[in-house]
Amino acid sequence: MEKVLVAPAPTQKDIIRRLEQESGTEVSLCYQCGKCTAGCPAAFAMDYTPRQVIRLLQLEMVDEALKAQSPWICATCETCTTRCPRGVDVASLMDALRREALRMGIVTDHRVATFNQTFLKLVERYGRVHEVGLLMEFNLKTRQLFKDAELGLPMFKRGKVHLLPEVIKDQGHVKQMFARVKQTGGESS
Amino acid sequence: MKLAYYPGCSLEATAVEYGVSTQKTAQVLGVELQEIPGWNCCGATSAHSTDRVLSLALPARNLALAEREGLDILAPCAACYSRFRATEHQVRRDAGLQRQIQEIIGMDYQARNQTLSILEVLAGRIGLEAIGGKVTRPLKGMKPACYYGCLLVKPVEYTGFDDPEYPESMDNIMKTLGAKPVAWSHQTECCGASLATTRPEVGLRMTYEILKNAQERGADSIVTVCPLCQMNLDMRQSQVEKMFGVKFNLPVYYITELVAVACGVAPEEVGINRHFVNALYHINHLPEEVEEETDQATARQKAAPEVDRAKAARKAEAGEEPAGGTAATAGAAETPAPASPAENAGASKGALKLASRIFADDEAKAARLAGILSADAEKMKKVAQLLAQDKEKAVKVAEAFIKKEAKAKGEEVAGE
Repeated sequence: MEKVLVAPAPTQKDIIRRLEQESGTEVSLCYQCGKCTAGCPAAFAMDYTPRQVIRLLQLEMVDEALKAQSPWICATCETCTTRCPRGVDVASLMDALRREALRMGIVTDHRVATFNQTFLKLVERYGRVHEVGLLMEFNLKTRQLFKDAELGLPMFKRGKVHLLPEVIKDQGHVKQMFARVKQTGGESS
Repeated sequence: MKLAYYPGCSLEATAVEYGVSTQKTAQVLGVELQEIPGWNCCGATSAHSTDRVLSLALPARNLALAEREGLDILAPCAACYSRFRATEHQVRRDAGLQRQIQEIIGMDYQARNQTLSILEVLAGRIGLEAIGGKVTRPLKGMKPACYYGCLLVKPVEYTGFDDPEYPESMDNIMKTLGAKPVAWSHQTECCGASLATTRPEVGLRMTYEILKNAQERGADSIVTVCPLCQMNLDMRQSQVEKMFGVKFNLPVYYITELVAVACGVAPEEVGINRHFVNALYHINHLPEEVEEETDQATARQKAAPEVDRAKAARKAEAGEEPAGGTAATAGAAETPAPASPAENAGASKGALKLASRIFADDEAKAARLAGILSADAEKMKKVAQLLAQDKEKAVKVAEAFIKKEAKAKGEEVAGE
């Protein structure tokens, strides 16, 4: 009979530990003052405010935090991190939540995830981001063909658009880097 | 001075003016920029949302290439700068991570060099005095809102060259160029650039708040140091205006464009003609003369509330005019408009001159306008700015002020 090794599913605590490790911060430090939320320029659009996201983690309600819209609305502006009186790196925690959600296949906002994937694929292919290619592919994948179409011609007229992507000289080097990250267990694919 | 130069993807395309003007500014100020050969994208902002190691390896390759040459790096884009600084910081702190990054990039990387923002290079390495010495076309009359954006000064742990809440370096540079930056509250607020494509309903509102604050504080333009901020505030300004039913018409510059222009480079040469909101007209028609008058009015306005309050209190005591009491409680925000032509004698010279330019052939109207304007620096500023851009509009606004004042008076009479 074939032996199959099944890794035990990570517990809530394991996930929280990983989030803390990746973001170099501790959720227990937070005393819920709400300064992060007060300064957050995107809190108005979030389902859980930054303070509440941390509270969810303190209460080990990891699923709730991973399914929240908030990490995908976070613009990574670092205001919360800068202002936190307890030194909690809230912005990095949001980053870590996004990555954890990707890892676990819970993606609340497909538009953001698709954008990121498309972006990185271009970097892998050319070494740089080709902005037109990025926007066109993103619009195609998210089926909003005419989004920002009114800006296309004016951009072109102003010489801000290159129709073809620029490929860097050492493009192979960047490709190798992506491959090595994947080998070491990254999730950029 | 010689620096490695990392333009980043935007400066080659959507932010082509930033790239051109950075090179021009460096040339004018005698800084040699050596572009990192075969540089790659820093990964902002998608990489750090996807994979931590990748998000550090992408900047690390560029940093390592510059380190080979023994050079510090100029990264004008705030997003690139932020990712570079984050990488340096984390590699310096964590030897294990450093080894991992070196393996992935296949190069030696010790994080011995450092990345500099454009503000650090201008205000720190080159210095305000040296810049001031090169200014041949001072930007007198310009009242920009200096917009640092979120990533350039935050978090302090990585950046640290300026205060994260009240940064000053750009304001100081603009002052050196002869402009008078306004004080405003949104200088480090996030513009929502990373959301403009994926969640426009969120991103555009964030952009709106910044434009609104700049306008309310009397700015005639915005100066940026980030291609994403500039694109959001300039290219998407029309989308914001449409969404919120407002008009801003605020030109959005890159700091490097303005340094170059102030040092005598033609605006077209650094791409000011390529903006979406017309900036070329603005830069070529700065309201030099009117500006000084407005300043006098501002100074008067600062001194005025005290005097007004005292006057009103005296009147209230004497029981002469109950309206005076309300004006006193309303405080500085609403300085009562002069009621009679006799009081118009107190109108400032600047206001009289401005008013007579607006109503050249109607002395009574001009006198009335002068009274209104000298009592309210905000109104004065608005009319002065409009006059510099579009006289017809200025006349319309002035008419509206007079009408409003008349109406307010009429109501007072009715109330009594």
